[in-house]
Amino acid sequence: MLRDITIGQYYPADSVIHKLDPRTKLMGALLYIVSLFVFRGVAGFAAVTLTLIFIIALSKVPFGYMVRGLKAIVVILVITIVFNLFLTPGEPLVEFWKFRITWQGLENAGFMAVRLTYLILGSSVLTLTTTPNQLTDGMEQALKPLNKIRIPVHEISMMMSIALRFIPILIEETDKIMKAQLARGAEFESGNLIKKAKSLVPLLVPLFISAFRRANDLAMAMEARCYHGGQGRTKMKPLRYKRKDAAAYLLSVGYFAGVIALRIVF
Amino acid sequence: MKFIEARKLIHEYIRRDEEGNVESILTALDQVDLDVKQGEFVAVLGHNGSGKSTLAKHLNVLLTASGGTLWVDGKDTKDPDNLWAIRQNAGMVFQNPDNQIIASVVEEDVAFGPENIGVSTPEIWKRVERSLKSVGMIKYREHSPNRLSGGQKQRIAIAGVMAMEPKCIVLDEPTAMLDPNGRREVLDAVEQLNKEKGITVILITHYMEEVVRADRVYVMDNGRVVMQGTPRSIFSQVDTLKSYRLDVPQITLLAYELRNAGLNIPEGILTRQELVEALCRLY
Amino acid sequence: MSIILDKVNYVYSEKTAYEIQALKNISLKIEDGEFIGIIGHTGSGKSTLIQHLNGLVRATSGGIYYNGRDIYEDDYDRKKLRGMVGLVFQYPEHQLFETTIFADVSFGPKNQGFTKKEAELKAFTALRSVGLSEDYWYRSPFELSGGQKRRVAIAGVLAMDPEVLILDEPTAGLDPKGRDEILDQVAKLHQERRMTIILVSHSMEDVAKYVKRLIVMNQGSIMLDGTPGEIFAHVQELEAVGLAAPQVTYLMHDLRKRGIQASGTATTLEEAKEAILQAFHKK
Repeated sequence: MLRDITIGQYYPADSVIHKLDPRTKLMGALLYIVSLFVFRGVAGFAAVTLTLIFIIALSKVPFGYMVRGLKAIVVILVITIVFNLFLTPGEPLVEFWKFRITWQGLENAGFMAVRLTYLILGSSVLTLTTTPNQLTDGMEQALKPLNKIRIPVHEISMMMSIALRFIPILIEETDKIMKAQLARGAEFESGNLIKKAKSLVPLLVPLFISAFRRANDLAMAMEARCYHGGQGRTKMKPLRYKRKDAAAYLLSVGYFAGVIALRIVF
Repeated sequence: MKFIEARKLIHEYIRRDEEGNVESILTALDQVDLDVKQGEFVAVLGHNGSGKSTLAKHLNVLLTASGGTLWVDGKDTKDPDNLWAIRQNAGMVFQNPDNQIIASVVEEDVAFGPENIGVSTPEIWKRVERSLKSVGMIKYREHSPNRLSGGQKQRIAIAGVMAMEPKCIVLDEPTAMLDPNGRREVLDAVEQLNKEKGITVILITHYMEEVVRADRVYVMDNGRVVMQGTPRSIFSQVDTLKSYRLDVPQITLLAYELRNAGLNIPEGILTRQELVEALCRLY
Repeated sequence: MSIILDKVNYVYSEKTAYEIQALKNISLKIEDGEFIGIIGHTGSGKSTLIQHLNGLVRATSGGIYYNGRDIYEDDYDRKKLRGMVGLVFQYPEHQLFETTIFADVSFGPKNQGFTKKEAELKAFTALRSVGLSEDYWYRSPFELSGGQKRRVAIAGVLAMDPEVLILDEPTAGLDPKGRDEILDQVAKLHQERRMTIILVSHSMEDVAKYVKRLIVMNQGSIMLDGTPGEIFAHVQELEAVGLAAPQVTYLMHDLRKRGIQASGTATTLEEAKEAILQAFHKK
């Protein structure tokens, strides 16, 4: 189940999008997300849709693979649609029993569904084309100004990359401990909520102990390799903007301006 | 030239209760003397809890002494100014391969050490390539560590240390969690670094078979150094080793038992070939 | 009483890019009271195989019969099966979670539906049989040494009164003394209670000393199945897949090549000693 989530997984491919600087991609993704809440009308919708299709095509990630990521939000999607459909006041379209669907409701539901779907698809382009390390590097660089107001940007990004490295290890470990306790007759699925919560103790205690032990070991290993924070640190793969990044920035800003213009004009 | 010199090194783990009163004192290192020359391959042997891991942590200044003195590469470990120089020159590999790999890509992990000590970007690339080659892992440079075997992960960890270009590597039970293939891979890599690059190696272990490759062996028990010498001289004292909860390689033990049964076999047989030769001479 | 596996197949991550066939057509009969060793490297399928025996993992195809009953039948009580086929995982000390050792060991029998009293009685017997001193029983399991923790974890499974006890690499990471203690305990359980024991290991020396039947796994299939003597006669086949016979087996082989008339395939130190001494006496 945990393995089905495609958000946050890297899909290796040789594409322009893959080669962009992570900072560029972060900026692009940000503008794209904002644009989803700005666009209005058929023209805006067309602009956003075409851009999304264009970017997905450029990224060379199979469309089917992306759609799988949507599975995770199906429930949220359905709830949003239902709420918008039935609870928007306005001119009634269909009426039955206590329910009433309005034109406005239909429109709202449609737009919300599109927004959510596009949001997930668009941001998964970012995560699928950027390795976790690049992503954290990008964030560290992009957020560097925050250092001035004493936010430990380097430490935060180091924590993020370590978390990303250990997530698969801890998932595997959870599976192992679960099996070991099952072999001792434990049950994780049956019973009411309280019983279920209680049955997690034999799983969570060993998991936490293991996580702490690993954290301790890792801290020692990092120290032994001369880690002493971000100061004076060099990089194997420093981020450097290239010409295509400038082009990408220009295109994103252009796109964003376009969506705003469409909103004002139509 | 001496690379490591310990004189009467003491380490005490002090446990305190909530008011800060001393509850118990565990002496993990008790007046340890240790001398390791540049380029030597030294093994430190002992059962779990003998103090050998504590000793290893001192060599990298992850711990500092409660008493006595330790010099690494001529620098006193008590002086905080020496800390980074010592850590860079005496790299350390730990037991659990998963818990010492920091990055999600092999080459980026190897780069971690050099990045920390401020090596320039082009030089990092050179070092990463060189160290991955030296442990035979260059073709995995872009892989994720998660899908590698235990032996491969340990070799990555060794490469990570090598990339800091240390004079010495301290390995704290690097093979305890590996299967026989992984164990061999790691030991071969270590031996090669010692023989070909002249890296000083300190191997902490409880596997007797691994000690055979060393130039000299220290045996620890209860925080003390109780035996030292060449592997041959150590292994000729089977009874003493057993009294320290250690056992002897199967072949050495067989030779010892045959000798006790009256066959005139020399003491301290280490390899199968030696025993075959000795028996053939008698036959 | 027996366990029968009939053409068992198991495929990991079916229909994805990472699809691996972990078990291929395994057919096997394990009789009551046997002492079996399963050997193979990491990834040979040995861990997957034992997780089938207590129903933790369900075969992709094929059947498993415990005492003549199909464990995949809809009305078969697979939870009860897990009590009858006790499985001790690798590094079992990592599953301890209770505040006292005694409570932790009682966890299994409590899950089986025994009353508090009964469960405690079972925990009592189990802790006795692993030889842990009573002084420790009401302490936290986290105060113990590695070897002791492992014995507590084994007691946790024994407390469920299994008919079959499976141990996955029970000696991994232990020092020689700890290793011997655990294996001796297990052998005692076999002798005194006629418990069926399945020992998964990658140490040929350990296994040869205790088991009466050896199953060698390679790439998801059973490669060899027989007594240690029979298995180690296939030295070349073992080596071809990266496994090795015990050192003494090689020694006997070498001696015969050099003309010493020592007979038999020795798999343990004692056997080799006998054979060599005999050869010398005959002369």
